[in-house]
Amino acid sequence: MLEQQLINALSLGSVYALFALGFTLVFGVLGVINLSHGTVFMLGAYAALQAVTRLNLPLSAALLVAFVFSGALGLAIDVLVLRPLRQRQAPHLIPMIATIGIAIFFNSATQGLFGAENLRFPSGLVPDQQLIWGDIQISVLEAGIVIFSFSLMAAMLMVMKKTQLGRALRAIAESPKAAALLGINVEGLFMLTSFIAAALGGIGGVLIALYSNAVFPLMGQPMLHKGIAVIILGGMGDIRGALVGGLFLGFAEVLAVAYIGSTMRDAIAFGLLFVVLLLRPQGLFGKVLERKA
Amino acid sequence: MLELTQVSKHFGGVEVLQNVSFTVQAGQVFGLIGPNGAGKTTVFNLITGLIAPSSGTISFNGQPLTGVAPHQITRRGIARTFQNIRVFKEMSLLDNVIVGMHAHLDYSAAGLLLSLPGFRQQERQARVRAHELLSMVGLDKNAYDLADAMSYGDQRKLELARALATEPKLLLLDEPVAGMNTGEKSELMRVIVRIAERGYTIFVIEHDMRFVMGLCQRIAVLNFGRIIAEGKPEEIKRNPDVIEAYLGRDDESETVSAA
Amino acid sequence: MEGFDNFWAVYSNLVLSIGINALLAISIWFTLSCGLLAMANAAFMGIGAYTAALLTMKAGASFTVALLGGIGAPLAVALIIGMPTLRLSGVYLAMATLGFGEVVRILILNAERWTGGALGLNGIPQLTQWWHVLASLVAVLLVLWRLRRSRVGRAFEAIKEDDVAAALMGIGVMSHKLLAFALGAGIAGLAGALNAHLTFFIGPAEYGFERGIDILTMAVLGGTGGLAGPVVGALVITLLPEFLRSFRNYRLMINGVILVLIVLFLPKGIWDPSRVRQWLKRSRRGMPDNTAGVR
Repeated sequence: MLEQQLINALSLGSVYALFALGFTLVFGVLGVINLSHGTVFMLGAYAALQAVTRLNLPLSAALLVAFVFSGALGLAIDVLVLRPLRQRQAPHLIPMIATIGIAIFFNSATQGLFGAENLRFPSGLVPDQQLIWGDIQISVLEAGIVIFSFSLMAAMLMVMKKTQLGRALRAIAESPKAAALLGINVEGLFMLTSFIAAALGGIGGVLIALYSNAVFPLMGQPMLHKGIAVIILGGMGDIRGALVGGLFLGFAEVLAVAYIGSTMRDAIAFGLLFVVLLLRPQGLFGKVLERKA
Repeated sequence: MLELTQVSKHFGGVEVLQNVSFTVQAGQVFGLIGPNGAGKTTVFNLITGLIAPSSGTISFNGQPLTGVAPHQITRRGIARTFQNIRVFKEMSLLDNVIVGMHAHLDYSAAGLLLSLPGFRQQERQARVRAHELLSMVGLDKNAYDLADAMSYGDQRKLELARALATEPKLLLLDEPVAGMNTGEKSELMRVIVRIAERGYTIFVIEHDMRFVMGLCQRIAVLNFGRIIAEGKPEEIKRNPDVIEAYLGRDDESETVSAA
Repeated sequence: MEGFDNFWAVYSNLVLSIGINALLAISIWFTLSCGLLAMANAAFMGIGAYTAALLTMKAGASFTVALLGGIGAPLAVALIIGMPTLRLSGVYLAMATLGFGEVVRILILNAERWTGGALGLNGIPQLTQWWHVLASLVAVLLVLWRLRRSRVGRAFEAIKEDDVAAALMGIGVMSHKLLAFALGAGIAGLAGALNAHLTFFIGPAEYGFERGIDILTMAVLGGTGGLAGPVVGALVITLLPEFLRSFRNYRLMINGVILVLIVLFLPKGIWDPSRVRQWLKRSRRGMPDNTAGVR
């Protein structure tokens, strides 16, 4: 029983982590709390759904469509809205509120185009088999989600750690001004970050839509709330933190449902968050920021 | 008046101050000099309660300051300025100074809400006093301008007026002439001398030798977190350790001209 | 008079919502004016609403007592949770207060015996009259106006700009932050109590994340530079969907676009005193004859 729960927690947690990864990337590099990330996530799911139902594309192609579509959207949001605010050096709250407007726009546009009801991916898109391993069952879908999310996150970590690009991004996170002085193309990397973050969000949307078998206009909102909890738990702007925080939240939720009851499920994320913040304001893995006098 | 006894401070493994002891007498202009990174500003941060010493005691008028909150320390009569100017930029000069009087405005919630005579009188007095302080540093003509619009030197003077508004007994000045040209320096020096003549005790951290030598009655020298000398300006000038550690190197030209 | 009666019959709810939203926008203005982004106001509104509704429904208390309870309960809660949370800064405070809000929502959801759980409370007596809302708004604005011209208002502003420098001016930073947080909580509670006795029904979903974001949006959009800002923000955010009614399904879309446009083109919010002053100056300069008289 417990093993089964852990498997469930792993697949749920890996999607949380994937979502939070894009969210935390934008915060870390651009310094913006992007409240339209949930919307981009939802639009990724719709894009994949369209690719599958209208164009009869296979799932792999649909994932690619979601990746490109969401990424392009993230790029557009950056160029049209966030960049002008950046150039004006607007305080952090302002871009955050702009992203609320963006979220409202796309959420209701989606509702207008596709209706508020639940849409589903056609059955048989993912093999309906169960992998059985002793007492433990894991569906092909769940296994796929875990493997896919982890490979994406591992790739991101590698890029950040080992490549020149990753070093440049970390330099920007530290100080965009200093990075620009070092000859780093800061604006270009802001745009790249917006693209990648949104693209990862879109992929997350497809995976959750497959997992819960539902695509609907407001599917990004609960995810957004959890994304916020995850990056706080893990430490703002920290990629490993998003990974660990996401898994942690997945486990906490699944175990809470199993052993406390389903009504408390949503209280877990934020109850945990509240306690963690009081005890460790910098998040579970964040570094201590010492205030300079 | 102010006494530091065996004060040490380390951040992680880095010893910023080691066994620093000195006393600032009432009525003095006391100077603390030393090369950049010697730990001077840390001394001010310790005195004003922004950080706590790792060991040692700091006392003011015989009472320990350890564990006292920064705003309480200010209320006991210590005010400071900052090396990297920290005026309230979006407020007028007048409001900047009136904020300094916060602890001395004493009216009830009812007085405030109903604008009772007591409230109005105190607010009026505060404004009058603020204008006085601003004219003392020569800024009264700009009283209603935003602090952000002021030049670097004027912002330093504003910080000075704001610190005086807290009615301090001891005034801590953190590199008051940093980044100023010669004309501004001598102007500010006159302002500080005027303040000292009014009976304030002044403790100044400074890099500019000529400024310190001309202003202070007593000087301590901090190098790599230790006090290496303390005495009258003439003694400091002659002290071989000081010359070696501080004056002998890059500031030679200043020593010559100061002498 | 008849024209007014007709207007009132159709629009009274809308007008009263504007008033209540203005109270909510002001409630977050308090913490914003200290430079704190605290997002617990939706929860405080909920605490106020449930406290007041339970007082009139279950305890048979008078409306006055209910309103006082609706102010007092969130204020007390704010004092308790403010102590630890207000030490946090920036985004961390926003997140902790959001977390607190979610905890409150879930607690309301689970205290079914008292709160009716997800079904909410039904049949709350409609005791809120238009003048209750108006009087509350005027009273709150008056208090705020007085506060801004005193040591308290200056302390808030100083803390917002630089809390270290403020402390070294002798300002008790923590106590002022706590004051702003608690006053905001009380006003949010008042808005909740008034709203509960207007709408007949309250449920936990009304006091969640989206409401918190709404409140913040009203305040920031209106502009935090002056007192009129939150009121203007509430006016715009409440009326915008009504004016866009003819666009049917797409009205929220346009709502979103307008929000983005305001953020992009009005940096300090709709109501920006310094811009108004500048504009006045410019128009005055255009009419040199008047200047002598004005001065």
